[in-house]
Amino acid sequence: MRESDTIAAAATAMSSSGIGIIRISGEEAFSIMKKIFRPYRKEKDMSAQPSYTVHYGTVEEGEEVLDEVLVLLMRGPHSYTAEDTVEIDCHGGRLVMQRILDLVIKNGARPAEPGEFTKRAFLNGRIDLSQAEAVMDLIQSRNRMALKSSVSQLQGSVRQQIEKLRSQILYETAFLEAALDDPEHISLDGYSEELLKKVEVICGEIEKLLKSSESGRILKEGIKTVILGKPNAGKSSLLNVLLGEERAIVTEIEGTTRDVLEEQLQLGDLSLLLLDTAGIRSTEDIVEQIGVDRARKQAEDADLILYVADSSRPLNESDEEILSLLEGKKSLVLLNKSDLEPVVTPEIMRERTKHKVLLISAKEEQGIRELEDEIRSLFFQGEVDFNDEILITNARHKAALQDARASLSMVKESIQNGMPEDFYTIDLTDAYQALGRILGEEMGEDLINEIFGKFCMGK
Amino acid sequence: MNTVYKETCQAVVVGAGHAGCEAALACARLGIETVMFTVSVDSIALMPCNPNIGGTSKGHLVREIDALGGEMGKNIDRTFIQSKMLNVSKGPAVHSLRAQADKAEYSRSMRRVLENTDHLSIVQAEVAEILTEGTEENLIVKGIRTTSGAIYEAQTVILCTGTYLRARCIYGDVSTYTGPNGLQAANHLTDSLKRLGVEMYRFKTGTPARIDKRSIDFSKMEEQFGDEKVIPFSFTTDPETVQIPQVSCWLTYTNEKTHEIIRKNLDRSPLYSGMIEGTGPRYCPSIEDKVVRFADKNRHQVFIEPEGLYTNEMYVGGMSSSLPEDVQHAMYSSVAGLEHVRIVRNAYAIEYDCIDARQLYPSLEFKKIRGLFSGGQFNGSSGYEEAAAQGLIAGINAARMIQKKDPLILDRSQAYIGVLIDDLVTKENREPYRMMTSRSEYRLLLRQDNADLRLTKTGYEVGLISEERYQGLLDKERQIQEEIKRVEKVHVGTSEEVQRLLEQYESTPLHSGISLAELIRRPELNYEALAPIDPDRPSLLRGVAEQVNIHIKYDGYIRRQLKQVEQFQKLEYKKIPDELDYDEVPSLRIEARQKLKEVRPVSVGQAFRISGVSPADISVLLVWLEQRKGRKD
Repeated sequence: MRESDTIAAAATAMSSSGIGIIRISGEEAFSIMKKIFRPYRKEKDMSAQPSYTVHYGTVEEGEEVLDEVLVLLMRGPHSYTAEDTVEIDCHGGRLVMQRILDLVIKNGARPAEPGEFTKRAFLNGRIDLSQAEAVMDLIQSRNRMALKSSVSQLQGSVRQQIEKLRSQILYETAFLEAALDDPEHISLDGYSEELLKKVEVICGEIEKLLKSSESGRILKEGIKTVILGKPNAGKSSLLNVLLGEERAIVTEIEGTTRDVLEEQLQLGDLSLLLLDTAGIRSTEDIVEQIGVDRARKQAEDADLILYVADSSRPLNESDEEILSLLEGKKSLVLLNKSDLEPVVTPEIMRERTKHKVLLISAKEEQGIRELEDEIRSLFFQGEVDFNDEILITNARHKAALQDARASLSMVKESIQNGMPEDFYTIDLTDAYQALGRILGEEMGEDLINEIFGKFCMGK
Repeated sequence: MNTVYKETCQAVVVGAGHAGCEAALACARLGIETVMFTVSVDSIALMPCNPNIGGTSKGHLVREIDALGGEMGKNIDRTFIQSKMLNVSKGPAVHSLRAQADKAEYSRSMRRVLENTDHLSIVQAEVAEILTEGTEENLIVKGIRTTSGAIYEAQTVILCTGTYLRARCIYGDVSTYTGPNGLQAANHLTDSLKRLGVEMYRFKTGTPARIDKRSIDFSKMEEQFGDEKVIPFSFTTDPETVQIPQVSCWLTYTNEKTHEIIRKNLDRSPLYSGMIEGTGPRYCPSIEDKVVRFADKNRHQVFIEPEGLYTNEMYVGGMSSSLPEDVQHAMYSSVAGLEHVRIVRNAYAIEYDCIDARQLYPSLEFKKIRGLFSGGQFNGSSGYEEAAAQGLIAGINAARMIQKKDPLILDRSQAYIGVLIDDLVTKENREPYRMMTSRSEYRLLLRQDNADLRLTKTGYEVGLISEERYQGLLDKERQIQEEIKRVEKVHVGTSEEVQRLLEQYESTPLHSGISLAELIRRPELNYEALAPIDPDRPSLLRGVAEQVNIHIKYDGYIRRQLKQVEQFQKLEYKKIPDELDYDEVPSLRIEARQKLKEVRPVSVGQAFRISGVSPADISVLLVWLEQRKGRKD
């Protein structure tokens, strides 16, 4: 039970419309905000700002700007939860919201439990006592719902895998504890090196699970797709074909006008999340206008790159640069047919790249069907097999896996720094509990039972 | 008309084992007129099983008892014959002191202390009945009645009956209704308790044979020495006084032949024939248990330990058993060095009545019987140290009840004693409970080396620690703080002297100046090692250097645990009112409601540790308590 740590969650639905709000509440709310928010006036000291003020700036992860936002500060006890609270108003869009929330969690908050803001508000005296019963009901019912959806989101294979990792961690912890308890019967000579190897294997498995959360996300939220190409290669015509003419790309938000960063589209049964469509629309010129660096970043972020090449013009340096971005990524090369005699044939292109080359005509809407098939085979039968692969789709599961990974890293660190063996069990236990949260299982007497069950102790 | 002997005192302690001794001493030292009952004055502070005090996590308990003003640490310092700090190659949290005792001296020395304590008298008699007044729902202790009919009126009674309640000793098909070592069992009290509505369990434990030293071939065993420099248990013992000649223990092993003998005779074990009904501890299995459960092990360690200087009897550690006498002879004599063994006392299993300690408050008072306290094996624990720790707390709280003070409750972040008692009164225990360092969540903070820093102040406030000792502690605290600050501040340069010292410890040479603290953090270095390059080091009180070293070396981990403790205490300090009716709390799940009604936790923290109570239930409970508070305001 963590009563006063800092929690975060999206306070509005994660959808692609309107403004989205990420709410952070707890002792660390301000310090987390300071780590990720850069005010427009850079010299502004954010920790010195008074309560009930709004600040304009950007949320940044390292060098990368995630979004332009408004930050609303409320110091406890004058907030909904009566704790220090920060609300980040971002530009909606589930991708942006998810990334900001992830960043907040990475910087020290944890995902809020169901009904937790309300619970805190109540416990801190912000809600009328007459509403207590409603609050209690809400806690139990939200909890039941979350548990249900959490369990239904946990595939049998994931459960098995996590149970396996968990029992490995428990065994090693129990062995350590048995040896610490009964040093005259059980020796730990040479065990540290052995444990280091075992922990590395477990870390590798958790890493795989976390990676699979990407695939899980693709299923749930769509394939993050970026369209690259030289000016006038036909990117925007392709976009129009994909989105359909009637769909507006620039969303009008009351009071402000701003380009949306993402656009979701349905391609048959595939869901694509198109990145930086605004850039394509307005300038037709991603690489040259915004620079290779940004294109590279987007390419890195993307699950899929669609490279639109103009078949009527010979390949030049820009094409080479784009081709280099495709390396190691799932990509499709689309040779856009023009009325002119093609200079670049599929054969020429295939000499340059290992990626699939398709002929399309954005204008005449040809080849779109093939494109759809290729994307499907790329993501659903080809290199990623959704049927066999273990999938993590729940944000809470993911956070728990990240916690487990962090704890195991601490174990490795302790071993490498030559700490005594009893220090390993602190973080091993944390990792065990983190994985337990995914399964909804407490530690209870597991360790004691394992010690007695597996190791011969005592007089 | 029959007349009976009648006497009035303030506190009655039933039993003179390790729990009873601490309970009686605590009460009497706090000025309470105390009468202690034992079935045999000659068996005060008896060690009926292993001949040692301390060991992993138990050594912690002894140190804590000492810091609170208990007697066990001082008594073992006076009577040990070998001492060893275990786990020294590991972290400070698991260092544990263990001393072999001269059993007879241990018992005599404790008896001397008891007999010379004011306000304390000892009576040899069996207590048959707890006297109470009031209705079933609101019982109050009035005193006790002995089997001979004598009545002792008292405001509080502390039950420390150990393994004596309806005790039965068993080996093979032989079973006798006696306590340990053939001592008289207490056969009446159980019924009296049951009449008062106390729920009883039956537990089992066992002890190995004692053998004649002269029949042992030590040339076939490995000698186990004590430490060259002995560290005392008590913070008050002058270390110079414990540097005495020590005796050795011996290590040998069972073998395939031993295991074969055991396997062939398993059907004659009372455990497997169903003659023993009590639940035995998994951590202290009999040799037949080990052979069955760990069949892949082809040998088990056997420690041969002296029972004292006064006797040739040796304890066969690792081979407790309840097999028949003839099998015991065959089995022991199959062990290397024991070929011609002479058995003095057979190994046996013992069954006894105890309680489910969830019937107690963390103060160790019965929830349903005001003034009735209990401690030790009666509460379902095992071990001398666990018993003494509970006895001390029960004694203190019985005295405090009489003095109308709030009970002393140590929480899990303060002491192993807190962990022990919280586990006993919160969790369902199906076997005798033994302390282990892994049971403590905040192990790094609850070290044996800092027990005085953690608890002396509490002992002083309770009234069991002298002003002088308390002032000494404050001095020590001050020195630790100052010295930590100093080594954080003092920098050493890259002088030849420094580099030479680093080289000596195979530590990377310096490229630029660095604080002493930074150097202490290196695994291969420590505070003591840096003395040659730290000319301004002040002379410090005993134990200060050790604390400075640990604090600096493990700073990061210690901080993390302190943070966890902060979280922990928030729920721990949220008290649940005694009269709370869980049926009135809406939205609790049925299982949680049931468990909460059963245990009746005193704090939200304790509620959270009950199995079957979920985090959502705790949230609901918190909201309910808040609402209730609001209504009252």
